[in-house]
Amino acid sequence: MSTPADTLRELEARLRDLEDAAQRTGQDLSVALTPLRAEVERLRGECQAHLTRWERVGLARAPGRPTALDYVERLCTDFAELHGDRAYGDDPALIGGPARWGGVPVMLLAQQKGRDTKSKIRRRFGMSNPEGYRKAIRLMDFADRFGLPVVTLIDTPGAYPGIEAEERGQGWAIAGSIQRMVRLRVPAVCAVIGEGGSGGALALGVGNRVLIQENAWYSVISPEGAASIIWKDAAKAPQAAEALQLTAPDLLRLGLVEEVVPEPLGGAHRDPDAAAAALGEAVSRHLAELSALGPDELKAGRAARFRAMGAFREV
Amino acid sequence: MALDRFFRRRRPQQQAGAELPDLWTQCPQCKEGVYNRDLDLNAHVCPRCGHHLRLDAGQRLEVLLDPGSFQQRSGRVHPVDPLGFEDTEPYPARLARAQKKTGRPDAILTGTGTILGLPVTVAAMDFAFSGGSMGSVVGEEIARAAEHAAGAGTPFVLVAASGGARMQESALSLMQMAKTTVALEGLAERGLPYVSILSDPTTGGVTASFATIADVIVAEPGALIGFAGPRVIQQTIRQNLPEGFQRAEFLLEHGMVDAVVDRREHRTYLRSLLGVLTRQPAGEASA
Ligand SMILES: [Zn+2]
Repeated sequence: MSTPADTLRELEARLRDLEDAAQRTGQDLSVALTPLRAEVERLRGECQAHLTRWERVGLARAPGRPTALDYVERLCTDFAELHGDRAYGDDPALIGGPARWGGVPVMLLAQQKGRDTKSKIRRRFGMSNPEGYRKAIRLMDFADRFGLPVVTLIDTPGAYPGIEAEERGQGWAIAGSIQRMVRLRVPAVCAVIGEGGSGGALALGVGNRVLIQENAWYSVISPEGAASIIWKDAAKAPQAAEALQLTAPDLLRLGLVEEVVPEPLGGAHRDPDAAAAALGEAVSRHLAELSALGPDELKAGRAARFRAMGAFREV
Repeated sequence: MALDRFFRRRRPQQQAGAELPDLWTQCPQCKEGVYNRDLDLNAHVCPRCGHHLRLDAGQRLEVLLDPGSFQQRSGRVHPVDPLGFEDTEPYPARLARAQKKTGRPDAILTGTGTILGLPVTVAAMDFAFSGGSMGSVVGEEIARAAEHAAGAGTPFVLVAASGGARMQESALSLMQMAKTTVALEGLAERGLPYVSILSDPTTGGVTASFATIADVIVAEPGALIGFAGPRVIQQTIRQNLPEGFQRAEFLLEHGMVDAVVDRREHRTYLRSLLGVLTRQPAGEASA
């Protein structure tokens, strides 16, 4: 039996052929094209609504999905990247600096995966070493000093698991970044834009508001990591993704995020401009709402947000 | 307040390897048989080779606190199954087994007590309960203990023993890292000391949150302490790990812990340190 996804792929192929033919021959094929386009759109919407959790993980990792810098280029002006943790080095997997977000001055902190093979390797696929989190801490000091609201874009499979990372205190650096966010006296708006992998993601996730894009995931462990612990088999990741309930709608239902930011049909990579517009609007709106609050209210509100998290019963 | 069978002497926790029935335990390091009575009298440190055997939370507080001083605070918060998580078995079945094994609702024991006369609030993670994994209950009990310490004006001493955040509560477990950090703010604001003792093993989300933001971080000799587990690192970098990697002494050398302290010295070390930080007169032990 063919699924809507199969039908969609078939129709998309037919649509491409027809469009090619129209272009090649110069013929007006709109009589055929218009209904086909409408049907493809409708099926994309249907598929989107019925995506499995593992399919959403696939979209969060899709080749061509916009990275943090793709959003920064579309949404920010005056971005001055500030490098280094002032102690050991500069981590290319976590970037930051002052910028204007939709015209509003902010401190931007973002996990950057890289856009081609070379830059992906240089940026370790968005997996930070401790100096990345320590740079974030330094830039949050900077944000407090200049009263700049903090905007973070989260996109990491997790903190880098390496010998040197452990030698330099990976756990200590993440804990320090979490604590620094708790102590911020300026607004903090966080957005998960792809992968929200474990503590390495939470290090930039302690916001007054936390948003997640429709096809991003956020979890205590990656589906592969969970599958290799549970079944000793990373190939069972699709089952683990279901069990972990790691998608944007799951996070919203669990009360761990304020808002799911919509993506274009088929995922952010289908239309990066539209994805950026939605993200830009959502972050700006939350920044505007928070701008009325004073430093004590901001810190207390953030503390209350996280203090209330957890599921248990009292006996 | 329940005393959680605190005064009942228990046999040392069973370790891997052959078990000598009843009276003896085999040291996992030197493989010698040691009288359980001798282990009890020696803070569960092997008298032959100095290996620090793993303790459950009850044993831990026996070693740390003045006899009879412990007043339990934890125990009313019980875990639930918010995601209906099922892997090789349903999460509630896993919980029920760990609860039966340890006699605790979850992997944490907190309360108040004294160390050589000095009042403290304490929290001990229980590795015997599901590898000391941190879910909502562990996070909540640690947060409440830290808040109690801030309210009561006592130092806070936490003993970490954990494989990290609990997978079965997914993102809710992850958020406990932020929640505990929030709760510890009260201590910092009131100028009260927070000491964490990292025991074998302390890894994952626990290392990346409350355990490593203490004012003083103490490690037990030989304890495995790190963020990523050694197996994950090995799979990623495909190299052998250096000798002593992620052990307490390695972390001391790399500047990550304040001191490696023999378990048999914990009481005098803490009494002396906390006495200075809270401006108490010197205790007898530091004379
Ligand atoms: Zn021994």
